[in-house]
Amino acid sequence: MTTQTQTSNPTQPHPVADFTANLVESRLDPADALYDHEIPAGEPWLHELRAGQTLRILDLMGNQAVDTIFYSARDPAERYSAVDTIRAQGSLYLTTGSVLLSNDGNPMATIVADTCGRHDTLGGACAAESNQVRYALEKRPMHNCRDNYLIALAESSYDMGKRDLTANINFFMNVPVTPEGHLTFEDGISDAGKYVELQAEMDLIVLVSNCPQLNNPCNAYNPTPARMLIWD
Amino acid sequence: MTTEPLDPSRSVHTELLPGARNWSFIIRRGFALRLTDRRGGANCSALFFNAHEKLERYNMADTLKAQHTAFLTAGHVCYSDMGRILMSITADTCGWHDTFCGVSDAALVRERFGEARYQEARNAFLRNGRELFLIEMGKWGLGRRDLVPNVNFFSKVAVDEAGVMRFEPGHSKPGDHVDLRAEMDTLVVLNTCPHPLDPATEWSPKPVDLAIYRIDPAAEDDPCRISCPENGRGFANTAIYHCQL
Repeated sequence: MTTQTQTSNPTQPHPVADFTANLVESRLDPADALYDHEIPAGEPWLHELRAGQTLRILDLMGNQAVDTIFYSARDPAERYSAVDTIRAQGSLYLTTGSVLLSNDGNPMATIVADTCGRHDTLGGACAAESNQVRYALEKRPMHNCRDNYLIALAESSYDMGKRDLTANINFFMNVPVTPEGHLTFEDGISDAGKYVELQAEMDLIVLVSNCPQLNNPCNAYNPTPARMLIWD
Repeated sequence: MTTEPLDPSRSVHTELLPGARNWSFIIRRGFALRLTDRRGGANCSALFFNAHEKLERYNMADTLKAQHTAFLTAGHVCYSDMGRILMSITADTCGWHDTFCGVSDAALVRERFGEARYQEARNAFLRNGRELFLIEMGKWGLGRRDLVPNVNFFSKVAVDEAGVMRFEPGHSKPGDHVDLRAEMDTLVVLNTCPHPLDPATEWSPKPVDLAIYRIDPAAEDDPCRISCPENGRGFANTAIYHCQL
């Protein structure tokens, strides 16, 4: 696929940090995975992950944004907290060694392998209404991540809905913050075949929207599938 | 940025929020809330909800994305998750308010300041931002599911190119203030616990003066409305909500 550098705020140049320092490859063999599923572009995925299991999220064609929220399977009111996670690790971006914390301060999952380098935790998920603000009031009917989240929760057996949607992780997405505090959306640093692997620290519900939608330049306006593998 | 002193005839309520305390209030359209750091070095953590439908609430990601910023100051607005504006920042003498560090919890306070229970310390017992948010939100039927990323007024945390965070001590000076104009009837939930990355080890939470006052609606050339095209659309969405278009 073609990639193009297109920032949402091109007047704010900023240096590119070295995000290759934490690249760690996995020793797990996909042939041994107990679960192997491809999420088509633009679709949701809702799945449980038991403590100790490993989830690999594979960017099949490059520069995807896999919007992900983790919930405690025992008490879904306990969920991934972007602010607790980045504050505790003293850094904005997620990569190998990052421990994802819940809103109760408990470790939910640890990133144990990462061939991409860093993942966004500030950019959130697109919604019909936020697309109106970001692009045009007429964009409301377009496909978006929050629709995915809402339909996945509505059709699940969990008693969860919009109230349970919180700031998510965007795996493979590059959203740098400059030292001056500017937030920019950059062309992805991911590529076909790159992956991130997480080990569950508690029994989890994983909610994914395999976005982005077609207004976002981060994947050259070409949403592609993602592959999910789980090992015991 | 300098701002005018409040016109006493416009003031409807003033209150002192002591350090490490909680507060909530519905600021209706046509009113604004001024937060003033009385002594300097304050931190005021804030969450915003649509007063009539509290499922609609402040959304950190949408606020930052729409305005291409990681911090808030005058000219910025606080977006809800429904593409509408809850509060506009119409004045700010401080220049930088943190949006992505959350609040302290009991473990953090215990680790940094030690133990001080009510049984021994009486009302000087140690509190933390998370519990004060949950207490105040509980009064409105809100709980852990509603505890989303908040704003920390008066606190500055910048990051370097690698994303490493750096808290700036002494960022807010005595008398610094920030003015929040309600664009919708907004439930404001506050606490004044120290910022979770403030390295101070002496427990000295700072008070914040609260003032609610009448304010004119945003004009067509309002700085918040015209600061970026996204905010123009945010104001339009908010006007549609109020059936004004």
